[in-house]
Amino acid sequence: MGCACCHTSKKANVLSGRTWIFGDDVDTDAIIPARYLNTSDPKELAFHCMEDADPTFPSKVQPGDIIVAGKNFGCGSSREHAPIAIKGAGVACVVAKSFARIFYRNAFNMGLPILECPQAVEDVKEGDQLEIDLGSGTIQNLSTGQTYQAQPIPPFMMELLEAGGLMAYVKKRVQAA
Amino acid sequence: MSMTLAEKILAAHAGRERVEPGQLLEVSVDFCLGNDITAPIAIQAFREAGVDKVFDPERIALIPDHFVPNKDIASAMQVKMLRDFAREQGIPHYYEVGRMGIEHALLPEQGLVLPGDVVIGADSHTCTYGALGAFATGVGSTDLAAAMVLGTTWFKVPASIKFVYHGRRKPWVGGKDLILHTIGQIGVDGARYMAMEFTGPVVQDLPMSHRMTMSNMAIEAGAKVGLIEPDQITRDYVDGRAQRSYVFHQSDPDARYEAVYDWDVSSLDPMVALPHLPENVKPVTELPEISIDQVVIGSCTNGRLDDLREAAAVLKGHKVSDHVRCIIIPATQRIYRQAMQEGLLEIFLEANAAVSTPTCGPCLGGHMGILAQGERAVATTNRNFVGRMGHPESEVYLSSPAVAAASAVLGRIAHPEEVH
Repeated sequence: MGCACCHTSKKANVLSGRTWIFGDDVDTDAIIPARYLNTSDPKELAFHCMEDADPTFPSKVQPGDIIVAGKNFGCGSSREHAPIAIKGAGVACVVAKSFARIFYRNAFNMGLPILECPQAVEDVKEGDQLEIDLGSGTIQNLSTGQTYQAQPIPPFMMELLEAGGLMAYVKKRVQAA
Repeated sequence: MSMTLAEKILAAHAGRERVEPGQLLEVSVDFCLGNDITAPIAIQAFREAGVDKVFDPERIALIPDHFVPNKDIASAMQVKMLRDFAREQGIPHYYEVGRMGIEHALLPEQGLVLPGDVVIGADSHTCTYGALGAFATGVGSTDLAAAMVLGTTWFKVPASIKFVYHGRRKPWVGGKDLILHTIGQIGVDGARYMAMEFTGPVVQDLPMSHRMTMSNMAIEAGAKVGLIEPDQITRDYVDGRAQRSYVFHQSDPDARYEAVYDWDVSSLDPMVALPHLPENVKPVTELPEISIDQVVIGSCTNGRLDDLREAAAVLKGHKVSDHVRCIIIPATQRIYRQAMQEGLLEIFLEANAAVSTPTCGPCLGGHMGILAQGERAVATTNRNFVGRMGHPESEVYLSSPAVAAASAVLGRIAHPEEVH
């Protein structure tokens, strides 16, 4: 999968980063606890990103890092603050075995790249360096030399991305009308 | 070609004869909603798109319910964004404190969401209206913003799973126990991306409040919607409230389902979901002694009049344990007033329970009953994730109002029969 900000050039489609590992069913309350939802400021939300899953995460995550998680990542509430917090923390991409459906939609709308790749999740260890080509969905583990192929981005989602995200797509339609 | 209930509603809103699972559709939206947490981001996105007017002010509800009455300055600023936007756009369905209720109790009560509708809400429990036979689902704020502009949204047609409930419910077993049992069986991603359809004689016999409890928690199994075919019980509920015309859709007898679960629930006991996932379900009869510090009865899952009646039936003539805070939150102003007129509030106050104005408050760890480190709560809410009601080292046990009330009295998780 790609994002509105990275799909413009082929080079920008490739990202590389260090991994942080999380388990199955990481819920949106773990990604950003509701007690912090009296703001939608990405910087403030980033300060508490993944706090209830790993209190030390906000202080150790670096821009460009990659979250690797199990099944059903982002289950629970519809809060768009979840992808905003992850993006705000500088995380470049989330690779999971599967995503909860509202989180999946929100990530695209927010321009957070996400990829489904169960095999990569099985193999990757915390701290491994991954190189990800969002265009082709290829994931390379630079630490082990293994390569994986993620699920391709559905064509409609690509269309949204090519329009520059959902609201850009909406704006274009309104102007055309 | 036969279709499920979910497929029929989507086909009708996409202007198609038939649709199939996996198809992408643009569908018209009958109603959309946002709350004080999610709508501010939607309003911001709406403004950034440079659009002047919403597609139809009558088809949008803005409901401050999560952190109201405003818990702090930041929350007050978020609610102010909703209020100002509603005024500017002439949106009549903005509900101020004193008139408001928890969105998913309020909108059906007011007849604003109806059978046959497509509804999207920037709140995951929007799936509650599936109980009316509406295709209703939670989305993020940006999807809400797009719908506020276009009056349409896009969906991938979900495959459907059918759940058939047979048998005779034991006393004190209701919609909450049925849905907890279901999530316990299939897991928190057991219906991911799918439409759940609840049916069978037991569901057909359930009052609307219990049906809404079931549909409400479809998201806790990862589902897109949790549908119940509308029938006479639906009609009796909707008539007199409906502010628009509505349509009853039914699944065709030979419609295709991804899976069918058929359960005899005659032996089902009241169920409890243990920390920290709604799938960790056990019958209350099989639990060891678990002492508790707090009970919360309310929320979009179980804050309706029937729920308060159920709690009152258990609490009547008893006192809440000295070691327990029992917080009861009628979900809307109307429910609050009805509870007062029926004498339920008197029973609650006599039992030493606290009764709050409508709010989502403690359910999501917002305010009005936050747990300290190491504390345990029994709640009639919908999620028991880590830190959901407060400190990351607190615990939430999900149950029906009857189990919650019995637990409040005994100071430990209890079967209602131990008290009643």
